[in-house]
Amino acid sequence: MKTEFQLNGRAHSAEAPPETLLADYLRDGLGLTGTHIGCDTSQCGACNVLVDGESAKACTLLVATLDGAQVTTIEGLGTEAHLHPMQAAFRKAHALQCGFCTPGMVIAGIAIAQRHGPDVADATIRHELEGNLCRCTGYQNIVEAIRIGAREMHADAGTTE
Amino acid sequence: MQPFSLVRPNSLSEAGSAFRGDAAYLAGGHTLIPAMKSRLRSVETLVDLSRIPELSDIAVEGDRLSVGAMARHARVAASPVVHEAIPGLAALAGGIGDPQVRNRGTLGGSIANNDPAADYPAAVLALDGVVETNRGSHAAEDYFQGMFATALADGEIVTAVRFRIPQASAYAKHPHPASRYALAGVYVACFAEGHRVAVTGATTGVVRWPAAEAALDSGAALEGLALASDDLASDIHASAEFRAHLAGVMLRKAAASL
Repeated sequence: MKTEFQLNGRAHSAEAPPETLLADYLRDGLGLTGTHIGCDTSQCGACNVLVDGESAKACTLLVATLDGAQVTTIEGLGTEAHLHPMQAAFRKAHALQCGFCTPGMVIAGIAIAQRHGPDVADATIRHELEGNLCRCTGYQNIVEAIRIGAREMHADAGTTE
Repeated sequence: MQPFSLVRPNSLSEAGSAFRGDAAYLAGGHTLIPAMKSRLRSVETLVDLSRIPELSDIAVEGDRLSVGAMARHARVAASPVVHEAIPGLAALAGGIGDPQVRNRGTLGGSIANNDPAADYPAAVLALDGVVETNRGSHAAEDYFQGMFATALADGEIVTAVRFRIPQASAYAKHPHPASRYALAGVYVACFAEGHRVAVTGATTGVVRWPAAEAALDSGAALEGLALASDDLASDIHASAEFRAHLAGVMLRKAAASL
């Protein structure tokens, strides 16, 4: 089935059977292995990507239903030289240990920052992270990173001083 | 996942005619796709409803709030129209699953599946909802028929739910810590003629709670009230006794925030 959508800012034409899941397509079809498959049962959030600016679990989306969507994966956020502010915040706050959940956490963090602004409360961050599991950190530093990242994202966008 | 053919109709009539044989409708897909991945479910034809524009409308019509079947939970949670008409419903939608589920999951998908621990069925029943379909309508009382069972005929499509706007309403749930499904969830709605209370999660399907309604109507104390039912659910997550107790706790929590 042919499906056309924007992938990391570029027009993309996908040709895949209807049952193809976005997470598998990204990893096996395109070699974009930054989108991790953790539980593969729609619970852990390691496969989170942005679809039209909202976080979504790529293991639970059919590629063939993404016609016209804007899809952003972890690869589309920044470069090694110029990290996305949320990626930089994760490094600054030491918000990862093994790193497996990190792509999904960063994507979730960006969605949280976009929805709730630069001064998002810790309680809101925790509520909004219910779809992301981390088995290493205990979440403290992830919450801290998202708080920093949200501020930085909005500062970059010129919405705060 | 077993292979299937995917149809993406642009209208309800096309969707109805595409539904043939071993088919299923795809709404948000956050129950159906995991079930298909684990091969609990397989279909020959999947009919995606996401391209039918009128299924996502949200509007107040007289004394009712109409929410389209394909309205996603995140949209219902954020909708100014829902906040104005039934803030308790917006709050319920904002607490379903997790953000990724709320970004994809839909009202129609939830009530067509009728998981006994889903949140929306409690709101539909307590708010005296009317389930509109492509073939007619069902009163909430007739629509929910126990665990995963509804009044929907094969191929029938939920198009909207029309909730009766209450004077006040609130929902409280005790979520399972991992799945976020309700171990017990209680929706309390206050109408001019009295209260309606619906319970999800605690029983094998959503039910009204007449004893709680009577207590609220008469102003009697809610302390010590626990759900009495022959259909209490019991599993490794919670015993029947614990669920009955939790329903009472959630009732008092919801009633206190009316």
